[in-house]
Amino acid sequence: MRKIYNKIERIAGNVIIVKAEGVKYGELAEVNTDHGKSLAEVIRLDNELVALQVYEGTRGISTNDQVRFLGHPMMICFSDDLMGRIFTGSGKPRDNGPELMENLIEIGGPSVNPAKRIVPRNMIRTGIPMIDVFNSLVESQKLPVFSVSGEPYNELLARIALQAEVDLIILGGIGLKYDDYLYFRDTLEEGGALSRTIFFVHTAADPVVEALLVPDISLAVAEKFALKDKRVLVLLTDMTNFADALKEIAITMEQVPSNRGYPGDLYSQLAARYEKAVDFEGSGSITILAVTTMPGDDVTHPIPDNTGYITEGQFYLRNSRIEPFGSLSRLKQLVNKNTREDHRALMDGMIKLYALYKETLEKKAMGFRMSEWDNKLLKFGELFELKLMALSVNIPLEKALDLGWEILAGCFTPEETGLRTELITKFWPKGKKGEEE
Amino acid sequence: MTNANGKIVGVNGNMLIVEYQGNVKMNEVGYVILGKKRLKSEVIRIRGNLAEMQVFEMSRGIGIGDNVDFTNELLAVELGPGLIGQIFDGLQNPLPEVARQCGFFLERGVYLTPLPETLRWDFTPLVKEGDTVERGDTLGTVPECIFTHKIMVPFNFYGNFKVKSIADAGNYSSKDTITELEDENGKIYPVCMVFEWPVKRPIDIYEKRLKPTEHLSTKVRIIDTLVPVARGGTYCIPGPFGAGKTVLQQITSRYAEVDIVIIAACGERAGEVVETLREFPELIDPRTGKTLMERTIIVCNTSSMPVAAREASVYTAVTMAEYYRQMELNVLLLADSTSRWAQAMREMSGRLEEIPGEEAFPAYLESVIANFYERAGMVQFKNGGLGSVTIGGTVSPAGGNFEEPVTQGTLKVVGAFHGLSRERSDARRYPAIHPLDSWSKYPGAVGAKKTTYARQFLFRGNEIDQMMKVVGEEGTSLEDYSIYLKSEFLDYVYLQQNAFDPVDASTSATRQRYVFDVLLRILVARFTIKDKTDARTYFNQLRQKFLDWNGAEWESDSFKNIENELNAMIASRQVESERDLQVIFDKTFE
Repeated sequence: MRKIYNKIERIAGNVIIVKAEGVKYGELAEVNTDHGKSLAEVIRLDNELVALQVYEGTRGISTNDQVRFLGHPMMICFSDDLMGRIFTGSGKPRDNGPELMENLIEIGGPSVNPAKRIVPRNMIRTGIPMIDVFNSLVESQKLPVFSVSGEPYNELLARIALQAEVDLIILGGIGLKYDDYLYFRDTLEEGGALSRTIFFVHTAADPVVEALLVPDISLAVAEKFALKDKRVLVLLTDMTNFADALKEIAITMEQVPSNRGYPGDLYSQLAARYEKAVDFEGSGSITILAVTTMPGDDVTHPIPDNTGYITEGQFYLRNSRIEPFGSLSRLKQLVNKNTREDHRALMDGMIKLYALYKETLEKKAMGFRMSEWDNKLLKFGELFELKLMALSVNIPLEKALDLGWEILAGCFTPEETGLRTELITKFWPKGKKGEEE
Repeated sequence: MTNANGKIVGVNGNMLIVEYQGNVKMNEVGYVILGKKRLKSEVIRIRGNLAEMQVFEMSRGIGIGDNVDFTNELLAVELGPGLIGQIFDGLQNPLPEVARQCGFFLERGVYLTPLPETLRWDFTPLVKEGDTVERGDTLGTVPECIFTHKIMVPFNFYGNFKVKSIADAGNYSSKDTITELEDENGKIYPVCMVFEWPVKRPIDIYEKRLKPTEHLSTKVRIIDTLVPVARGGTYCIPGPFGAGKTVLQQITSRYAEVDIVIIAACGERAGEVVETLREFPELIDPRTGKTLMERTIIVCNTSSMPVAAREASVYTAVTMAEYYRQMELNVLLLADSTSRWAQAMREMSGRLEEIPGEEAFPAYLESVIANFYERAGMVQFKNGGLGSVTIGGTVSPAGGNFEEPVTQGTLKVVGAFHGLSRERSDARRYPAIHPLDSWSKYPGAVGAKKTTYARQFLFRGNEIDQMMKVVGEEGTSLEDYSIYLKSEFLDYVYLQQNAFDPVDASTSATRQRYVFDVLLRILVARFTIKDKTDARTYFNQLRQKFLDWNGAEWESDSFKNIENELNAMIASRQVESERDLQVIFDKTFE
C-alpha cells in the first residue's frame, strides 16, 4: 500500500501542490474529495513539493483531502472489447458498459524511429470529390480541418468516418458540445459504423484538464491497434480546445507565455500528437484528421499557425465547402498518379479554370464588361460549385472525374480547357463539341 | 580528478535540478540513473551546488533523489570515416542501428556508437616515425565513398607531437590504434581513426578565413541568377507553411554543386526525412555516377523527438560539416528549420525562468543564431588548400510574419535572403521566392548588370500590375501593358521552375547564362503590336515556346531547334533589325 497524504499545501487553478516523497515525474495520483475520486498527474517536482494537475478540476477540493500516489503514469486498457464503446476523456465508460481494467498500456509513448517509417502509398477514399479528386487523403497522413466555428466540421468528420475505407475509427472529442457528441453517436449508429468505432469523448461540460488526455489516449489505443495490422483513422475535434487547455495549465504554473498567452512549447506539444500518424511497415497505420477552429477566422493565430507547420496540408472549410485554394494535401502526389490517368491533369485544369472564374467574379463585381470567355467561366464556376464542391455530393472518385469532364464539356470547347489532346480524345464526353449543350 | 555526482532535487518538464558534489563544468554531460537506463543530459546552468540540466529524453518516471553521474566531458560527436551515408539523430545515434535493436519506436536511454569498431578501412600512412605533427595534420588516408578521407591528428591534441609509431598500409578497424604520438613531455598517446570533438566549439584549425566570393550553383534559376549563394556563405529561407521551404531544401540537397551535403532535419515532419531517406539511395548523382546517399549525411531530430536533442542537432550537423571541410572539401549544411531550434531554446529558457525577450525568446537568441551561422566560411589551410562550409537555414516565422525575432536575428547575419511568399505559392509560382523582396550579397551565375536590368522589369511590371487592378486593362497604355507582359514572361519562363520535370528541375550555370541572354533580348527588343489582345497572344506563344525550350535537354537537337524557332518568333515581330538589337543589347550590358 502506498502512502497517503492528506495535507494539500496549495491550490491554484487546476493545480494542487502536496508535500510527498518518492514521487516520480508523470506519475498518477488519486485525489479523494467529498464529490468522489479524481485523477491527477504530477507535472512538477521541487524538492518535497509535488505539483499535480487535477483532471476533474479543483473546485471543492479541500486542504485536507487525501492524495494517494498510484506509482504508475496514466494507463488505458487495450483490448478488442473497446470496439463500439464510449468513454470519457480519462477513459471511464460513458455508456453503461463495464469498466475495462485488463491489459493496461501507457499513454504518450515514445516517437517512431524515422528510419522505420515508409513513404505513404495508399489513398483513403471518402466519397467527397473535393477530397478524393482535389486533395486526396493518404493513409498515415495527418491533416487538420481549418474551420470557423459554426461551419459543419463535425458533420464532415462524421461523413468521413462513415465512408472512409478503414478498419477502425477512433473519435477523440475535445470540448465537444453534448449535442455534437449525440450527433456523432447517432449518425455512426445509423450508418452501422458504431461497432468499428471507439469514442473518447470529453464534452464541453467536463473539467478542462481532462481535455489534455483525449489525444494521448486516442492515439495510444490507435497505435496498439495499428501494430495489430489495423488501419486506424483517428478523428479529433476540436484541437483548439486542447491547445487552450495547455494554455490554461501553463499560465497556472506561471510559465512565461510566448504568443498570445500560449506556452512556448505549443509546437512541440501539438507535434508530439500529430506525429503519431504513421504507416508501420508490414503492419497497420494511423491516419489523423483533426478539426482546428480558427479563432476569428485568423489562420495566423498561434494554434492554426503551429498546426500548419506540423501537418501534411490542411482542408479549409468555408461557407460549408472545402475551399480549393488554401486546402492542400501534401501527400496527394504519392497516390493520385495511380488512380486514373486523367486524375492529375483534370485536377490541375479545373482548379486553374476555377481560379480564372474567381478573377472574373471580381471583375464582374467591379462593373467591368463581361466578354464571351468571361461568361463561359461564370457558367463553369457555378456548375463546379454546385456539382463538385457542395459537401452533400457523395460519389466515388471515378464518377467525380467523369462528372468533371461533363462540366467542362458543358462550358468550353476542348482547346479552351488547356488539357492535353490525348486525354481529351479519350475522356471528352461523346457527342459534345462544347458549349452547345 | 574524479567526476562529480549528484542527486535530483527538482523536475520540471525536461529540465532537472541536480544537487551535486565535486566540480561540474558548464555544458558537461551527465547521465540520470533510472533503473537500468541512463538518460543523457547536459548542464545548462549552475547555481551554488545546484546544477540545472536539460535531459535529452522524456523525463517521465524521474523522481527526487535519483542519482546523476557526471562525465566531466562536454557534449561531443565522434569524427572519423564512416559518417557519410549515415542517418543520425540529434545526439549522433545511428537511427537504422537503433531500429535494428529496438524496433519501431525510439526507446529512451539507448545510445549506440556512431562509428562502431566493426567498420574497417584501408589505411595508407602519410607520415613516418619521427615526424613532428600538430592537431589537424594528416596522418594518412582511407577511401570513403568517392572521397579520400584524411585521418588527422585529433583536434584536441594541443601542442607538438612526435610520431612514435605508425601503422603500415593495410586494413584496420576504425578503433584500432594506427599511430602513437608523443607529446613534449614524453607522454605517449595511442590514436585511432576516430576521435571526439565538442559540438558547441567551432573547429578552428586553418590559416585564414576567406571572403566567400565563389558562386555556388544550386541549379535553381531564381537563386543562381537573382539571389545567389556563395561557397562558404550563408543564406536563409523564411516562409509561411506551405510555401515550399522544404521542397526547396530537398531540390538544393540534390543538385547543389558541392562535395558533401549535410541535412539537419530539425524539429520538422518525419515524413519529409523519410522521403529523402528512401529516395536518395536510389537517385544517381550525375557528377559522380554514385547514389546521392554517398555524398549525404542526415541528422534528424523530428518534431516529436525530445526537444533538448533538437537543440543539439544543428550543432552535431555543423561539427560534422567542419570536419569534412578540414579535408579540403566543400560542404553544404541545410538546416530545416532553425525556428524549431530557436523554439527549443525558448522552451528551455522558460523553464529556467530567465527574463524573456521578444515573444518569450531568450535575450541571447540573436547571438546564438549569429554564432551558428558564423561557423560557415571558406577557409585556407596551411598547405594552401581550401575548404568551405555553406549554411542554408529555413525559418518558419509565426503567422508568416517576417518581423519576428528568429527571422530578424537571422537576417542580420546571413549573406542572402530567400523570402518565400504566400501569394506566389498560392498562385503556384514555384519556387515561391519573392524576386523583389529577396536579396543577396554574393556574386551570381549571371553578371550584375544583366540581373539589375531584369529586376527593373520586375519592379515596373509589379507597379503596372498594381495600377491595372485599379484602372482595369482598358485604362493602361499599350506601352505599359507590354512591360507588364514582359515582366510576367520573365517570371513564368525563368524564375519559375518545374521541380518535377526531369530537365527543368536543374539548370546548370552555363545554361542559365545562355538562356538568360536570349531572355534579355526579348526584354530589350521592341515589338510591333496591334493591341492588347494581340500582345497577350504573342507573349503567350512566346511563353509556350520558351517553356518547351526549358524542357529540352541542354545542347540537344531539340534544344537547338526550339531555339531557332524562338529566334524566328522574336525576329518576326521585332521593330529593329537583328543587327540593331545586338547593338542595343551590347550597349545596355557592356
